[in-house]
Amino acid sequence: MSIDLGLPSPSQVGPGQGLRGVPSLAEGESLTRKDFVANNEVRWCPGCGDYAVLAAVQGFLPDLGVKRENIVFVSGIGCSSRFPYYLDTYGVHSIHGRAPTFATGLAVSRPDLDVWVVTGDGDGLSIGAGHLLHTMRRNLNITVLLFNNRIYGLTKGQYSPTSETGKVTKSTPAGSVDGPFNPVSLALGAEATFVARTLDSDRAHLTDVLRQAAEHRGTSFVEIYQNCPIFNDGAFDVLKDKDEAAARLVRLAAGEEVTFGGPDGRSQVVVPRLDGGGVEVVSRSAAEAAGRTPVVHDPTAEDPSAAFALSRLDDTAMGHVPVGVFRSVARPAYDDLVRAQVDAAVSAAGGPATDADLDALLAGQDTWTV
Amino acid sequence: MPTAPTASTESTPLDHVVIRFAGDSGDGMQLTGDRFTAETAALGNDLATLPNFPAEIRAPAGTLPGVSSFQVQFADHDVLTPGDAPDVLVAMNPAALKANLPDLPHGATVVADSDAFTKRALSKVGFASNPLEDGSLESYRVHAVPLTSMTVEALAELGLGRKDAERSTNMFALGLLSWLYSRPTDGTRRFLEQKFGRRPAILEANLRALEAGWSFGETTETFAVRYEVAPAPAAAGTYRNVTGNTALAYGLVAAAHTARLPLVLGSYPITPASDILHTLSGLKRYGVTTLQAEDEIAGIGAALGAAYGGALGVTTTSGPGLSLKAEMLGLAVALELPLVLVDVQRGGPSTGLPTKTEQADLLQALFGRHGEAPLPVVAASTPADCFDAAHEAARIALTYMTPVVLLSDGYLANGSEPWRLPSVADLPRIRTRFASADDVPEEEHFRPYSRNPGTLARPWAVPGTPGLAHRIGGLEKADGTGEISYDPDNHDRMVRLRAAKVDGVDVPDVEVDDPWADGSHGGEGADLLVLGWGSTFGPISAAVRAARRGGARVAQAHLRHLNPFPADLGDVLRSYPRVLVPEMNLGQLALLLRARYLVDVESHTSVRGLPFTSGELERAIADAVRHAPRRPDGRGPSRTNGTAGTRLPQGSPA
Repeated sequence: MSIDLGLPSPSQVGPGQGLRGVPSLAEGESLTRKDFVANNEVRWCPGCGDYAVLAAVQGFLPDLGVKRENIVFVSGIGCSSRFPYYLDTYGVHSIHGRAPTFATGLAVSRPDLDVWVVTGDGDGLSIGAGHLLHTMRRNLNITVLLFNNRIYGLTKGQYSPTSETGKVTKSTPAGSVDGPFNPVSLALGAEATFVARTLDSDRAHLTDVLRQAAEHRGTSFVEIYQNCPIFNDGAFDVLKDKDEAAARLVRLAAGEEVTFGGPDGRSQVVVPRLDGGGVEVVSRSAAEAAGRTPVVHDPTAEDPSAAFALSRLDDTAMGHVPVGVFRSVARPAYDDLVRAQVDAAVSAAGGPATDADLDALLAGQDTWTV
Repeated sequence: MPTAPTASTESTPLDHVVIRFAGDSGDGMQLTGDRFTAETAALGNDLATLPNFPAEIRAPAGTLPGVSSFQVQFADHDVLTPGDAPDVLVAMNPAALKANLPDLPHGATVVADSDAFTKRALSKVGFASNPLEDGSLESYRVHAVPLTSMTVEALAELGLGRKDAERSTNMFALGLLSWLYSRPTDGTRRFLEQKFGRRPAILEANLRALEAGWSFGETTETFAVRYEVAPAPAAAGTYRNVTGNTALAYGLVAAAHTARLPLVLGSYPITPASDILHTLSGLKRYGVTTLQAEDEIAGIGAALGAAYGGALGVTTTSGPGLSLKAEMLGLAVALELPLVLVDVQRGGPSTGLPTKTEQADLLQALFGRHGEAPLPVVAASTPADCFDAAHEAARIALTYMTPVVLLSDGYLANGSEPWRLPSVADLPRIRTRFASADDVPEEEHFRPYSRNPGTLARPWAVPGTPGLAHRIGGLEKADGTGEISYDPDNHDRMVRLRAAKVDGVDVPDVEVDDPWADGSHGGEGADLLVLGWGSTFGPISAAVRAARRGGARVAQAHLRHLNPFPADLGDVLRSYPRVLVPEMNLGQLALLLRARYLVDVESHTSVRGLPFTSGELERAIADAVRHAPRRPDGRGPSRTNGTAGTRLPQGSPA
């Protein structure tokens, strides 16, 4: 037996609705980056990619136009999870991998808050993988920033769930035999409604992705490639070198052909594979000769298969790395649905319970009086 | 169908009866017991129940592990336990008879479904011959009644398949027992109409079977007498029958209501706590939000997140789940947020006995976290008391900004008793207050770890409050400012502050029931104090009562608060020459009392997955009284051995 839940129409859950219910700044009021800088000393290692992400977030939060006290950052454990301490908003540094659970209770009970989860590849994809998957499955209205440096930083250099197979670390002197997660594939597999990837070093791209993520209603999952200068330095250098980046970074843009490489960024194209599943990279000239047309990226496609195929272009050698918004679809948010059921029950009963209502509940059906 | 005794059969008054319904786990014994109990409650008898069922949803039919039973004791006086031994066993098949025979005292009545005693069913449980016919039950009053075939016969006109018709046999049995003990059946008819209203054929079958069972009692000469148990005298008020899990859920709702807060439950299903989730999930109308989480950790995480946001956060679980929640509970201690964690204890360790009761999570509740992480612990003592205990747990959590563990157990959870309904208007209001910018002196930053001098509680500063933005987390906090601090002296201070806060929770003094305390009975107090906690209240009280009837001078006290203990507990313990502490564990409370008060308390323990019988405790009390030490005034026998060890069951290797 199932019940028609009376789900909201897509217009109520679509783009730009992520902050619905969060109080806006008063007319004429505005905030600046400085308003979001906490007076705590930032204690990351020199050269850590987290600085760049922090600066981008502090710089971008004023653009949201919401009251500072209605923003909450929740984190787990790890270097990235110190993030809340450095932002002058409400913040909770919780326990390893469990930030999504804390955020669930908070977001469900408080529709007036803009809730962010900051996590790392170890925190979010190892000890906390289950919670992350279920949060995306439910489509809780929060924004998850997953800092991926493919290494354990805070515990000093063990391999992580995104480390490449064969990775030599303190705990894997003979090389890791674990297969790595592709976080974007994972999120798409969990049917997250907003999935994106960006880089700590590309401020403009990072900021644009964060803005779209914040405005999305439902779980926004943003993977941020982030450098660990101590234990995995240069892991993403091939994406930061200008020439290499041009040859490897596949910038996804809605409604556009998926192309990259060469001086004009169009020498390589992504086309559907001839053997049926997935997509592959071929040179534009070869594609044209064979009459194969490039994939046109549609992040709003309800079926996540195409986005998933794009995510599989990725490999740990970073031959082709798609970045940008893989998926952005409208689906009712879990917390909205939970609250709607409670609200409907309360209003059907004519308002909040009085003492008399509660007396009736306690008495139940069968009473007797002595 | 008449509901009052008729003239056709003699009616004999009884002061109390213990009935046990037993059958296959698919036979509907729990439902039958529930309905019999509801009608008994409606008649005004006092009662207590003990459902006892296997963890398997459907164990193989007709086998001993598949036997499910429901025991109820009802009386014309106040009842403290479901009864030590059944006066009447209703056995739906040979397995039910075999499994329950050891508990049956000679002279007890057996009502057995003779149809189910087939050759195959008998051999399945090792009966070489039919005990209903071979004379082996001659010390019992046996009524072999073809319940199944009579049910099928009664439903013949309905055109049901035989299997479907047989499903109503439990209602036939209920009708018969209702007749035998002069119970009304109107409530059960209403219940069936509600349950099967949409399936008229099934409803009709159940109603007819119920009626046929009653009529069979009325017309047959199998039963020469029927019985009546008069209503029990009770304090004036309106009553209902309630299970511990229902009362506990209601207590949480009432606490949120009196605190004017929304209630958010984060929970993961686990036996025997799940019914609290089920009950609360139906109470959205009362502002209750329930989240069925992906695991135990997510359950408490959501509850704690909701508490951070300003709700009454609750998480419910049983022993194994408490283990999983331990780390988040530690975070709750560090964050100093209000949270109620309900642990409905069951047999352990590990998966243990999921459907059976135990009291062995006490030390886990108190100490099962890393670091010095003290928190208040409260325990319920009877099914109805679960309501008050839940309200009290929430009061402490909200008043002191602390997680609280509320201990119930499988016996309380599923057992039921009459509950005198409280008036919601009379419930103590729980006062809470969210901090505001007015709490911050000008030119100063908000101090999330400043403390109320009376309670040592920190301010509840919920997000969305201007001027109070702050960052907290599991890293040690600087006293007052809440900044991260690795300062050794600060850590020492914070550890002690958190402990002092919990130690300072206001807890009423111990209520000791000691008729000899005032000297009015010609003595200077009892020879023995029996001290318990949790669900042992019923059997302990019954045993103390019986011991006093036998002339023993026994005082009794029962602890609601396990942390902190009542301030006068040490004095109370020291004022008795001997203290007996019965527990369904290996002496966890006794360990605490000995350590805390250096009092040589004596443990009486049993871990059988079942509540104590009052008879067992009566013997333990008699034993303790017999060996009570000579007092300075020369009263009482002298004591030779002051040590008290764990008592092993008879027959165990020592």
